[in-house]
Amino acid sequence: MDGSFVALGDGLHRRVIAILAAQALREPSGLTREMSLESLGIDSLGMAEILFAIEEAFDVQVPFNANDPGATRDLSTVGGICDAVEALVSADRG
Amino acid sequence: MTRRVAITGAGSVNALALDVPGTYAALAAGRVAIGPLEFEDVERLSVRIGGQIRDWDAEARHSRQELALYDRAVQFALEAGRQAVAQSGLTLAPDEALRAGVVMGTGGGGYTTIDDSYRAVHVEGKNRVHPFTIPRLMHAAAAAHLAMRHGLKGPAFTVSTACASSNHAMGQAFQMIRSGAADVMLAGGAEATLCFGGLKAWEGLRVMSPDGCRPFSADRNGMVQGEGAAVFVFEEWERARARGATILAEVAGFAMTSDAGDIVMPDPDGAVRAMQGALDDAAMAPAEVGYINAHGTGTAVNDRSEAQAIRRVFATPPPVSSTKSMHGHLLGAAGAVELLAVLMALGEGVIAPTAGWNAEDPEVLGLDVVPNVARRARVDAALTNAFAFGGLNACLALRRV
Repeated sequence: MDGSFVALGDGLHRRVIAILAAQALREPSGLTREMSLESLGIDSLGMAEILFAIEEAFDVQVPFNANDPGATRDLSTVGGICDAVEALVSADRG
Repeated sequence: MTRRVAITGAGSVNALALDVPGTYAALAAGRVAIGPLEFEDVERLSVRIGGQIRDWDAEARHSRQELALYDRAVQFALEAGRQAVAQSGLTLAPDEALRAGVVMGTGGGGYTTIDDSYRAVHVEGKNRVHPFTIPRLMHAAAAAHLAMRHGLKGPAFTVSTACASSNHAMGQAFQMIRSGAADVMLAGGAEATLCFGGLKAWEGLRVMSPDGCRPFSADRNGMVQGEGAAVFVFEEWERARARGATILAEVAGFAMTSDAGDIVMPDPDGAVRAMQGALDDAAMAPAEVGYINAHGTGTAVNDRSEAQAIRRVFATPPPVSSTKSMHGHLLGAAGAVELLAVLMALGEGVIAPTAGWNAEDPEVLGLDVVPNVARRARVDAALTNAFAFGGLNACLALRRV
């Protein structure tokens, strides 16, 4: 993995975590990759707000449908969301 | 003596057809009217399908002066009302008009008028909008124009409870006639929110399907919006009988409940109490019910909650179908258009199917959802459900004549 990508990822993860922490009413430092959104008390409306904030912050479209039986990406944990946003941003740039 | 309530006329325009016979034929054929949406800026939406009314020639239907005052939803309501009154053969003497009224349901009111007006001032940089913008967009416009058109001088108002609006409206009309507050009520709902702003707002909730409405099917992935109106003539039973009107069905009971829980997540308990309440109000045993028109939006949470609620009220659930699969979800007009499926079941002995059904869903196992193909059956009584955002539930119970 080259340095610039790590740098992109680090900053990006921090920004995503800040969005999740704000929604969960917690300090960003209290969030870990393994934490589920459910454990953070984020419900379906909270999820919709998070995706809205991410789309606004990174200028990407997150393909997520609350009803989809075969969801393509795991967005149930902090780490899962960070990885998904990173993939979307990278795809966008490249 | 208890006053009973007859339905003596029905009218509708929706994506399936621009009248009731056409709608019955389409429902019986399981025809899906959901397709690509056509309106300005549709390419900027992530979901571009809906149950849109085609070939609605507003200019041919209305004068220029009328069009300045009639939002698309009002146009739909007036045409549905015209059909309903024509079928019922309703005439009102001056004193009777004082005891005749109208209750309409709508979720969005004049949504396209709002969208167009905002576009004019925010996007096109104009500094003024049409002087009739307010009377055109107000939620009560359809009720007011129906009252004017048909000379209804009694109670006239609009109910707005999101996706339960028209069930609440029809329930109000029913209660007013039964209680003696009125003798004749037009009741139903009208909705026309298929425009850029209307759908853009829904996009954010991420509950809409990009490819179709498949209620109760394992592969369902959300709701699909529709538009249109349905209006019915509710009439005090003896009055209808005395003038020799054809009675399409009896409105026998109504109940409304609130989940008092979550603004978007339904609670089966509220749905159970609404259905049980409508049965109790109608003095109807669960075993009498031969058909339930489901709210059936095709979202995972609705289908799961509604299936659970039906199983709690009915030891042996009757056939259940969601016609939203064909005409889409008409929001505040949903219950009104879906009452047509109930009238068809009671009057014609044909149960409309749940179209788009592909596979058994473990969450709704045990429900007969009349998949894809209509069914002949004698239906003596039926329920129709509406469970709105906000946890606002309204259920009507009807009987065959």
